[in-house]
Amino acid sequence: MPRGIATETQITHRRRSWLYVLVALTVLFLILPSLLVIPLSFSDSRYLAFPPPGWSTRWYAAYFAAVEWRDATVVSLSAAALTTILSTVFGTLAAYSLRTARSRLGQVAYLVFVAPLVIPGILVAIGIFLLYAQVGMNNTLEGIVLAHSVMAIPLVVITVASGLKNYDMSQEMVARSLGASRPWAFLTVTLPQIRVSVIAGALLAFITSLDEVVISLFIAGGDKATLTKRMFNALRDEIDPTIAAISTLLIAVSVILLGLSQSVQARPKN
Amino acid sequence: MTTDAAPAIAHRPAGDEALNAGRYKTARRLEELALGGLALPALLLIGLIALAPNLWLCWLSFYGPNGFTLAYYERLLHPNYMLTLKTTFELSFLVTGICMALGYPLAYLIAQSSQRMASLLLLLVMFPVWTSLLVRCYAWLVLLQRRGLINTWLGDAGIIETPLRLVHNFTGTTIGMVHIMLPFMVLPLYAAMRAISPDYMRAAANLGASPIKAFWQVFVPLSLPGLVAGVIIVFVLCLGFYVTPALLGGGRVMMWSMQIERTVTYHSDWGAASALGVVLLVMTLLILWLVGRLVGFERIMGSR
Repeated sequence: MPRGIATETQITHRRRSWLYVLVALTVLFLILPSLLVIPLSFSDSRYLAFPPPGWSTRWYAAYFAAVEWRDATVVSLSAAALTTILSTVFGTLAAYSLRTARSRLGQVAYLVFVAPLVIPGILVAIGIFLLYAQVGMNNTLEGIVLAHSVMAIPLVVITVASGLKNYDMSQEMVARSLGASRPWAFLTVTLPQIRVSVIAGALLAFITSLDEVVISLFIAGGDKATLTKRMFNALRDEIDPTIAAISTLLIAVSVILLGLSQSVQARPKN
Repeated sequence: MTTDAAPAIAHRPAGDEALNAGRYKTARRLEELALGGLALPALLLIGLIALAPNLWLCWLSFYGPNGFTLAYYERLLHPNYMLTLKTTFELSFLVTGICMALGYPLAYLIAQSSQRMASLLLLLVMFPVWTSLLVRCYAWLVLLQRRGLINTWLGDAGIIETPLRLVHNFTGTTIGMVHIMLPFMVLPLYAAMRAISPDYMRAAANLGASPIKAFWQVFVPLSLPGLVAGVIIVFVLCLGFYVTPALLGGGRVMMWSMQIERTVTYHSDWGAASALGVVLLVMTLLILWLVGRLVGFERIMGSR
């Protein structure tokens, strides 16, 4: 390959340097704004300035001291944890069922699972709000968990289904022909081998619940307001650097979850 | 086969085999049912909480105080709503167009990078997806507002005298939405481009095509399914998007979704809100259906 040519079928690196510049700027556009929030959260000033005039942790102190932020954080974390459990169990069962049953209902089931992803969020939100108003489930933790699970289950189903696609079902048949019951065969033979996709699905479910905004705006009020609902209202009114501290903590959670998800998926399956 | 049945086979093989086959069939059908049942909790939950209320909204949109009515839909013809519809489509087209212009080169370069570089770049593209939507809106507010970082920098550098109006308007909403939507354009594009064998480009070069000609006549057509998938995902997400326009538009950019929220929260007018919702749902499903007929629905959803 001659020097300076990107590949044998392309123009030279120099002639397409504009492409590298454009892509570099696009990547910066994608990641820089969120990262900028981190130094701002350690500023000692009320006013936005970059670089900050001085450093302090006062906005973190303000966050931990405020009861309403603390309560909202507890609600959000509990909702996310419960949503993760519920949607991982339901979603994994559903994915397994779709893989093994092969019934004509599969097509219908597929449409149902895609629905929460394609129906605009605002419609799902007002629909749930209307439903919960009838049964008195607005502003309850159960209500939030069920609503978030509806958004998370499709993601778990898709993730686990793709894991099952690469799994050889006949291994489970072998276990059953040796006397294992179907549930036991699933738990001891299949589940350990698809665990990577199950964990990836669970992480997706957690972040989906933690970051969910539109539904929470409608159904999570009073003392069951989620972190996202409080943040949304705070961003509408007046911007307080406490939000920068909360944002930094949320970015840390995202990075940890993304890192976990990458590392389980990167690990070779033995 | 059970041991009890074994002697019977010697006498009446044909009939018994049929009986066994029948039993086997019943058992198999029962098992199918039980396996199908495993999907039920998930299906019921979604059906009950996400789908049933939407059907109910459909019904509410046609049901007035005196029974069946189209009054709620007739009201949508009011110029105010038409303006909202226009804004919604303008913004969606603009955001989709910018995402295409920025996403195609990005996906192209990732698809051609070495494995290591590609995973790094993909990680950078995925980082915003995993970052909270509100954190990203906050970041743009910090950068773009009147006393925000960009205005301060430009002011300090002596480039501008009065602060630029960058946010709480159409500009800010567009910037924020492109930031949210871009990864949804890049991922399907990347998947499609990665599947294009370099042999095609080599063949084109061997047949005398210049690199630029080979790119336009061979590579671009082969990447079209990914482009269509990306465009549709982004456009449909834009049509119903609420959070970013509500925060960065500052009330000056009225999207269809915000009209719905307003009708429910301020007016508790469920008839009107339902009609608005049904229109949004029908538009969304119509676009997905049309494109599904053109390129296959699984292709669009599969690339998510």
